[in-house]
Amino acid sequence: MIVTLIDYGAGNVTSVERALQRLGATSQRSSSPECIAKADALLLPGVGHYAALIHALDERALRAPLLGAIQRGVPFLGVCLGLQALYETSEEAPELAGLHLLSGSVCSLPPTVKLPHMGWNQLKLTRSSRLLEGISADAYFYFAHSFAATGANGETVALCNHGQNFAAVIERKNIFGVQFHPEKSGEAGAQLLQNFLGLCT
Amino acid sequence: MSLAHRIIPCLDTDGARVVKGVNFVGLRDAGDPVTLAARYNAEGADELVVLDIAASRDRRPTFLETIRRVAAELAIPLTAGGGIRTLDDARSVVRAGADKVTVNTAAVERPELISELSREFGAQAVVLAIDAKLAGDHWDVMVRGGRDSANRDALAWAREGVELGAGEILLTSVDRDGTQIGFDTPLTAAISRAVSVPVIASGGAKLPEHFAEIFSEGAADAALAASIFHDEVQSIRELKQFLAARNIEVRLPC
Repeated sequence: MIVTLIDYGAGNVTSVERALQRLGATSQRSSSPECIAKADALLLPGVGHYAALIHALDERALRAPLLGAIQRGVPFLGVCLGLQALYETSEEAPELAGLHLLSGSVCSLPPTVKLPHMGWNQLKLTRSSRLLEGISADAYFYFAHSFAATGANGETVALCNHGQNFAAVIERKNIFGVQFHPEKSGEAGAQLLQNFLGLCT
Repeated sequence: MSLAHRIIPCLDTDGARVVKGVNFVGLRDAGDPVTLAARYNAEGADELVVLDIAASRDRRPTFLETIRRVAAELAIPLTAGGGIRTLDDARSVVRAGADKVTVNTAAVERPELISELSREFGAQAVVLAIDAKLAGDHWDVMVRGGRDSANRDALAWAREGVELGAGEILLTSVDRDGTQIGFDTPLTAAISRAVSVPVIASGGAKLPEHFAEIFSEGAADAALAASIFHDEVQSIRELKQFLAARNIEVRLPC
């Protein structure tokens, strides 16, 4: 099994690649529609601006193969912006359409707290989670973002709070997403990636 | 459940080796960056900063190789900087494996650099480093390794930097740097309250009490130190246990 890292020319793809290597997983970077359509498992990394990610997916004609692969059941993990892209829209670039695999939109966290939400924070489990299996309930994960899915819904399995609650982990069938950076979250992050790899086989 | 205060070791390098000095002068060798990075990653550091304090053009490839080797050791975020003057400089540092880029003198000379970096990498990846020194009734911004005054007010510069797109301030007290008498609490509190982004306090740390004070009274979001960690004067693990016992939220290592 090879994890295909969707490489759209920005973001944290190198860090994710290294984290997967440390776990002994095989990964490949790709920005080709054909490779993404045929992938065994997909990971969409991302940091930075929502518009950069959505534009990059559309300029490279990756939206349709990505949605196609996910719809045929290929395990998918979205990291940070890669999670935000799954919703309908984002307040960061309201004119752009997200992937709309999840309902709801991404909003700015409130100005009552320091933004970006930068650093290590804990989660609040809302239901049982496949990604978080075997990870201590008080584990910390590394966040670096100002926007998040604040209207958490049925897919949300764990919340985080910074000024208000937002979706930190989502799971629905083969679709997984995390707002934090497991590739930068020490041992807890490594365990989460290991759990995702386990779900891919 | 709330955001943990971060403890950040800093590796000042001449490109290849970790060096240290007092008040930015009198440098001496303090070890191999890759060995130190691996140790801090294991000890529970929340993040690592690597700076090229020589920042000379001909040593640049050496520094990028250092970033690559350090990044390979880390499962925590890495910030790199020193001598970043253009968007291209920042791109090579990010490509080498840095999650965030820090800018200092070049941003004072050409503030638009902050916006250029923020547009490309996002605000969360742009750290504005400010070296500040008390000058009568205010703090002056110092440049070129803390040697020269930029004749700018540090509070005003911090606010401007955030408006231009910086997502974090790395605030070094030039008065305290290397003294080990404690962080500059009034400076840090003033800057932290003036801006909407996280502030990393730097300069003067030695004792666990210094860290407790900068988090509680200095309103710092993170605290950075170098030689006390390199020389094992202070272990990160014990420091975090000390802070946790004082009800200061930290991420305790396993």
